[in-house]
Amino acid sequence: MPKEHYLNATYGLRSWLLTTDHKRIALLYLASVTFFFFIGGIFATMIRIHLLTPTGYLVTPETYNKLFTMHGVAMIFFFLIPSIPAVLGNFLVPMMIGAKDLAFPKINLLSWYIYLVGGSFVLYSFATGGLDTGWTFYTPLSSVYSNSAVTPAVIGIFINGFSSILTGLNFVVTIHTMRAPGMTWFRLPLFVWAQYATSIIFILGTPVIAITLLLAGLERMFHLGFFNPALGGDPILFQHLFWFYSHPAVYIMILPAMGVISEIIPTFARKPIFGYTFIAASSIAIAVIGFFVWAHHMFLTGESTYAALAFSLLSYLVAIPSAVKVFNWTSTLYKGSISYDTPMLYALGFIGLFLIGGLTGLFLACLGLDIHIHDTYFVVAHFHYIMVGGAVMGYVGGLHFWWPKITGKLYPEFLARLAAVTLFVGFNLTFFPQFILGYLGMPRRYHDYPPEFQVLNVMSTAGASILALGYLLPMLYLTWSMRYGKVAGPNPWPATGLEWRTPSPPPTENFDETPVVDWEPYDYKNRPDLGLATPAGPTLAPAHGDD
Amino acid sequence: MTFLILVSVGFSFLITAAIVIFFFKFHRKSKDEIGVAIHGDMRLETMWIVIPGFLALIMFGWGAVVYVDYRHAPQDTLDLYVIGKQWMWKVQQPNGRREINEMHIPVDRDVKLVLASEDVIHDFFVPAFRVKMDVVPGHYNTMWFRPTKAGRYHFFCSQYCGTNHAVMGGWVTVMEPSDYAAWLSGSTGENENPVVAGEKLFAEKACSTCHLSNGTGRAPSLNGVYGGTVRLADGSTVTADDAYIRESILDPPAKIVAGYQPVMPAFQGQLTEEQIMSLTAYIKSLQSQPVPATGAGVISAPGKK
Repeated sequence: MPKEHYLNATYGLRSWLLTTDHKRIALLYLASVTFFFFIGGIFATMIRIHLLTPTGYLVTPETYNKLFTMHGVAMIFFFLIPSIPAVLGNFLVPMMIGAKDLAFPKINLLSWYIYLVGGSFVLYSFATGGLDTGWTFYTPLSSVYSNSAVTPAVIGIFINGFSSILTGLNFVVTIHTMRAPGMTWFRLPLFVWAQYATSIIFILGTPVIAITLLLAGLERMFHLGFFNPALGGDPILFQHLFWFYSHPAVYIMILPAMGVISEIIPTFARKPIFGYTFIAASSIAIAVIGFFVWAHHMFLTGESTYAALAFSLLSYLVAIPSAVKVFNWTSTLYKGSISYDTPMLYALGFIGLFLIGGLTGLFLACLGLDIHIHDTYFVVAHFHYIMVGGAVMGYVGGLHFWWPKITGKLYPEFLARLAAVTLFVGFNLTFFPQFILGYLGMPRRYHDYPPEFQVLNVMSTAGASILALGYLLPMLYLTWSMRYGKVAGPNPWPATGLEWRTPSPPPTENFDETPVVDWEPYDYKNRPDLGLATPAGPTLAPAHGDD
Repeated sequence: MTFLILVSVGFSFLITAAIVIFFFKFHRKSKDEIGVAIHGDMRLETMWIVIPGFLALIMFGWGAVVYVDYRHAPQDTLDLYVIGKQWMWKVQQPNGRREINEMHIPVDRDVKLVLASEDVIHDFFVPAFRVKMDVVPGHYNTMWFRPTKAGRYHFFCSQYCGTNHAVMGGWVTVMEPSDYAAWLSGSTGENENPVVAGEKLFAEKACSTCHLSNGTGRAPSLNGVYGGTVRLADGSTVTADDAYIRESILDPPAKIVAGYQPVMPAFQGQLTEEQIMSLTAYIKSLQSQPVPATGAGVISAPGKK
């Protein structure tokens, strides 16, 4: 361990709360998103326990509706959206491009405070009456009929939006202007490409959700008629505006996770990623096309048939770049030198779960089929496969991968592999039955259901208890390892990125001197500094197909 | 559906098999071994863009055909009015018989539901028929289906609508046509035919003072309007369906019939959804009345297009 690093450079609460070091801000975010994940997780646990029996004895209908709403709001706006960008992105983007910090370190700190203020409003709403509108806030239910604390919640999400916008701006400027000498666009790690694509969505999409929720709030507070038909408004307009952000928001959650996977796979296969340019371009394609598919959430609102046709076709189009990524990741394994390390288990698990999540998206994009499965548990299962199976798996995998860099310590490998397998099994047992429930016709957001659906619900709840265990394990051993873990050294895997060419934990300025990049991304062949076998070495197969 | 499952299972199998095979075959053999540097392959990239793209187009096409068919009800349907409100469903038969959270329909007959909401957005969902449609306040939506087997089937509200969303459901009873006819005539007495109710309202709300049936009033005659095409003041045309009639009652200036002045008062907020449906039913019943020669606006009557 280096004697002085970013964690012990200065001491005291002040040095953390007023820090402008992107690495410390990343840790502040880590603590706060973990807090919201925990809250959202408790709500989810209560939901699953309640659904053990058809008539649900645990909570009243009002409480149940609040539980799933608050689960969604906490998880989406305060955990999933900031998780990878604000924690891993904040920590890694400057290091990966060879910079000392983000372009605007103070604005970076401001983002975190804005997040805290927004989060406080939402917690206030949870504590004073809760929220029962669904995380989608559909009008006129949210703007007129709901008796819960909608106003502080929409104010909180409105405020929190600025945090996302500022983080996005910060990343875009940093990636454009602060790359180290030799770090060309096509030498950028794919994680950085993914953060760049995500930042575009942050900047272009977030203002729309902020304004939309503000309008709903104004309608609720001052009876201004935007969405309420009794005041001359249109409830469908709300859905257009809401999904214009909230569909791209799905890509805010999944793109960074894809970036993590694109780092992990070449590292543990020890070879360049297959189709670098295609993976980079597909991130941008997803970000752009993702803005033109929103009304596929609205096929049955009575929208025009022509609009439905166009949005269905575009939804199929956005599936192609995701498929391209999966094919390229899989091909990267070919003729690799693959190890079973924990991050790799998460990455392979991610591919499997994302595959199921993505393919079931094709079912929902299919107009004829959507008539039946829209608004059923099929949708619930589909988006949990993308958001939990995809985004959360990517996040937890990334935490393990960069944990040695962040803390300077290794996590206990056996426990970590056990947790990865537990999560995978628990996840599938929780959510696969929900596809079947949805196909059989169980609608979403039901606190009470016909008895024929009970068996599958019990399976799902059983899976959820395994899943919860899978999340508790890493929380415990990662915390434990900060003190008792083995010292990691600068590059334990070894990986090829710039962030691994500096001590763990890194010094406050990241690098002792500005690095100069003269190698291609994920290149193991011409990197004697990694201490691995060279192409002339006896363990290597002849390199054909190499260009 | 089968095609989608086949393609999905096929791809899942392909990728999973590849991962498992590669995982074991290319497992690291010595501590400092590195992989073979393969940077990519244009032919492979092209292949896995084109083939999934092509399969996706097939899925799209199939879904589109089903959907377009679903959104366009056939002629000569049995029309039922369905009103959703927190947290119950009101169903009205063409003869006025009403039910709550129950719906009786004959087998082998195309059934069209006209859906309206009194408050928030609901969604009428019959899993066994594979159909659902949102019920949106301020809009009319329609859905249609053709039950092929007698029996009792669950229906649900599938758009979250507040506290008792989960219990806002009921049963569709599909009956043999003769049973249905018998059931329909077994009226409880308090069911007013919507056409009769609509006619009463038409007089009560003074619609009849301007909308004279001979076409000489300040407003166009409504004879034969329903289902036909109407020419508007701005030169465009519109089909006089439920949604158009609803809009013209609630917000008349939105679409002014060619040759008339915008003098009608707006009825927004003054009529319940049921009253609007009754008025519509009455106007629909005028379909069979002779269209007056001066009935400006109507350029084609239904069925004569």
